[in-house]
Amino acid sequence: MTTPLLIFNSEGIYCEQADVYLDPWRPVDKAIITHGHSDHSKWGHKSYITHHDNVPIIRHRLGEINVSGKNYNETFKVNGVTFSLHPAGHIIGSSQVRVEYKGEVWVFSGDYKVENDGISTPFEPIKCDAFITECTFGLPAFNWIPQQEVYSSINQWWSENKSEKKTSVLFGYSLGKAQRLLSALNPEIGKIYTHGAIENMTEVLRPIVEFPKTHLITRETTKQELLGNIVLAPPSAHGSPWIRKMVPYETGSASGWMAFRGARRRRAIDKGFVLSDHCDWNGLLTAIEATGASKIITTHGYTDTFSRYLREQGYNALTEKTQYEGELAELDANKEIENQKERTDNE
Amino acid sequence: MKHFAKLIQALDSTNKTNAKVKALTEYFETANDQDKVWTIAILSHRRPPRPVNTTLLREWATELANIPLWLFEESYHIVGDLAETIALIIPTQNKSSDKSLTTFLEDMILLKPKSEADKKAYLFSNWSKLNYYERFVFTKLITGGFRIGVSQKLMTRALSKATGIDEDILAYKLMGNWDPKTISFKQLILEENESDYLSKPYPFYLAYAVENKVSDLGIASDYLFEHKWDGIRGQIIIRKNEVYVWSRGEELVTDKYPEFQAYINQIPNGTVIDGEILPWIDGQIGTFNDLQTRIGRKTVSKRLLAKVPVMLKAYDLLEWENNDIRSLPFIERRKLLASLFDSVKTKNIPLQLSTVYNFDKWENATRERTKSRELKSEGLMIKRKDSSYQIGRKKGDWWKWKVAPLTIDAVLTYAMRGHGRRSNLFTDYTFGLWDNDHKELVTFAKAYSGLTDAEFRKVDAWIKKNTLERFGPVRSVTPELVFEIAFEGIALSKRHKSGVATRFPRILRWRMDKKIEEANSLEDLKELL
Repeated sequence: MTTPLLIFNSEGIYCEQADVYLDPWRPVDKAIITHGHSDHSKWGHKSYITHHDNVPIIRHRLGEINVSGKNYNETFKVNGVTFSLHPAGHIIGSSQVRVEYKGEVWVFSGDYKVENDGISTPFEPIKCDAFITECTFGLPAFNWIPQQEVYSSINQWWSENKSEKKTSVLFGYSLGKAQRLLSALNPEIGKIYTHGAIENMTEVLRPIVEFPKTHLITRETTKQELLGNIVLAPPSAHGSPWIRKMVPYETGSASGWMAFRGARRRRAIDKGFVLSDHCDWNGLLTAIEATGASKIITTHGYTDTFSRYLREQGYNALTEKTQYEGELAELDANKEIENQKERTDNE
Repeated sequence: MKHFAKLIQALDSTNKTNAKVKALTEYFETANDQDKVWTIAILSHRRPPRPVNTTLLREWATELANIPLWLFEESYHIVGDLAETIALIIPTQNKSSDKSLTTFLEDMILLKPKSEADKKAYLFSNWSKLNYYERFVFTKLITGGFRIGVSQKLMTRALSKATGIDEDILAYKLMGNWDPKTISFKQLILEENESDYLSKPYPFYLAYAVENKVSDLGIASDYLFEHKWDGIRGQIIIRKNEVYVWSRGEELVTDKYPEFQAYINQIPNGTVIDGEILPWIDGQIGTFNDLQTRIGRKTVSKRLLAKVPVMLKAYDLLEWENNDIRSLPFIERRKLLASLFDSVKTKNIPLQLSTVYNFDKWENATRERTKSRELKSEGLMIKRKDSSYQIGRKKGDWWKWKVAPLTIDAVLTYAMRGHGRRSNLFTDYTFGLWDNDHKELVTFAKAYSGLTDAEFRKVDAWIKKNTLERFGPVRSVTPELVFEIAFEGIALSKRHKSGVATRFPRILRWRMDKKIEEANSLEDLKELL
């Protein structure tokens, strides 16, 4: 038996023929990066290849790195292996990676969602022989409600807080979720304030997508001017001294985990909104079916359960260990602290 | 149902007491009367019996969701709540039902004796008719109580705000045996009706634990001291030649303890005694384990009655000669209790007096407390001499001062995911002690509490990385973590593999400084016997 086109080793997902890694978690020579979240784009690789919308994001996060940007569907060859990036719909600039060699096609999903969020290029299924998929929410208990309904309940919550003269504090990951929320908020209700981490990341993305006006919270910002308005903050700000400025406030969190009553109560959030940049159960199943792949490798999430179900459906499915975290950062606020660059400006 | 589902959602989506009271008050001001009665019943754990068992619920929900049963079970262990899992996996329709809460509950009561086919049809039709949250509430009504952080006290406060009736009076009205099927809101809450009060107990007065130094409580001679007996707190009512026995959980347990029927004609009508129900075997107080054999039974066999008879250690007198005497000073109530006891002590009824002590100095109290384990008490109760008998857990007049728990260092061996706010986290642990010369770890206790949320998160992450085997929801883990386990008592037991049963085991702390070789052995545990 020959070596599979992609293998999982201690550095990351590896294409031996091309000597290229996909989203490696340890420093390597050549890395193809699916998107800008910190568990997928690590510091220290000699060269980076990624979608050109992701270039400013990882430059913002990782500093001056040797990176080349590609368009979706643009093919490039390394040692005879053909690579191309395809939209994953997860966040702005997120890609799936297609790898082809001697007629065999593998696709690595990175993180993805099938619902079109209006700010990232929508997911496109790619035909392949083997599909490496995340399954952060790979349980039938996860069934997202249409995003427009979630958006209107967020805006309604904001209006209600405003009428009670309270500040709304809405938590979401500073890259991706925050911008999605920003595009969903109704600026007619009030002003939108931001935590520094979110303000900076949004600034980076403004040339790519148009967002409503935001106001950075600084030392000079007063409690009084915040009243009735909304503050977008990363989950790590929950319970920090920074948030005391918002008193009196109501907290909300937008995450797939908010589907579970226990998750919201555990984090002591007043209001949970079920909104995720990952696929729900049916999203995963339809995406996988659309690839036409018979071999499925699950990487992070409820991997064992999900791959067992896939095997029962006739797929050749197995699980490989990786260091990707999916939406865990939003479940456990401390995770985001690891992302040093993001927590700077507001202290 | 819409209205009730909205109430539950409001209660469930806030951690703030004021917001909960507000939501409940608004509900009590606007809901229809019969729905209010049912809401009070449900929030005070008086739901109708479960019409469908959970095995069938799982099977049918799985069928409707078109997934295999094992996948349902996996999901359930992660979600941590059966009704929530069912509501989540069933495909959502954007529908809603106009039927009232009362209608739903009446339907559920009628459903109980029906055939499986009828039950299935009923569930399928409702599951498909309700939106996500209503479906969750509907399924919750079938499976069990709502644990949404609404205590009876909180509900009573809201009811008081909505009706203008005093909280304490309402607390009294809501006690005891009333049936939401037959009682109206007017009868339950608004009317004064003497005959309803025949079986009604008084709300129990509960003590807070002494937090710092006991001498911080002030002058020792302001208090009476007695042992804190380790049984079931109970109230025995003798009115109109009937005896009623209530447990602290506000459960009428008269039939479980027929011994107390002997009070009729011996203790005068119009008497209510507060005390501890204790096993009394061969002239000695038995262990809590002995009592456990009685707690679970609805009716008791002659054999068990002879093997583990019970008696009441009387603490307090709440009603005397048909008068509510709770506002008298404790010392006066105790005098009346003592004279009552004197008048019946030769009559061979299962009643004893819990001895009270006067101490001039805290040192003397400390000395008495050291005798606790030997006397089979949990420690001392400290009650202000001039205290009235209050409602619920109130700070200030009554204190419990338990002896330090027994402790042992044990190794984490198995873990399961928790429920409620701990869903999806491994928080239910099994612990082992060494046996056979430190060659084998034998399970001795399970514990679910004692760590902080942050510690639970750490242990959870560790468990996920150190799983050896999975047995359904249970994972065995690499023996590596040592925890100090505290427990209240210990007794020999044939039912446990270790041969020993511990009472109320919980985690005292994570001993990160200890290696598993340093954990204790089963022999060490048995030495505590």
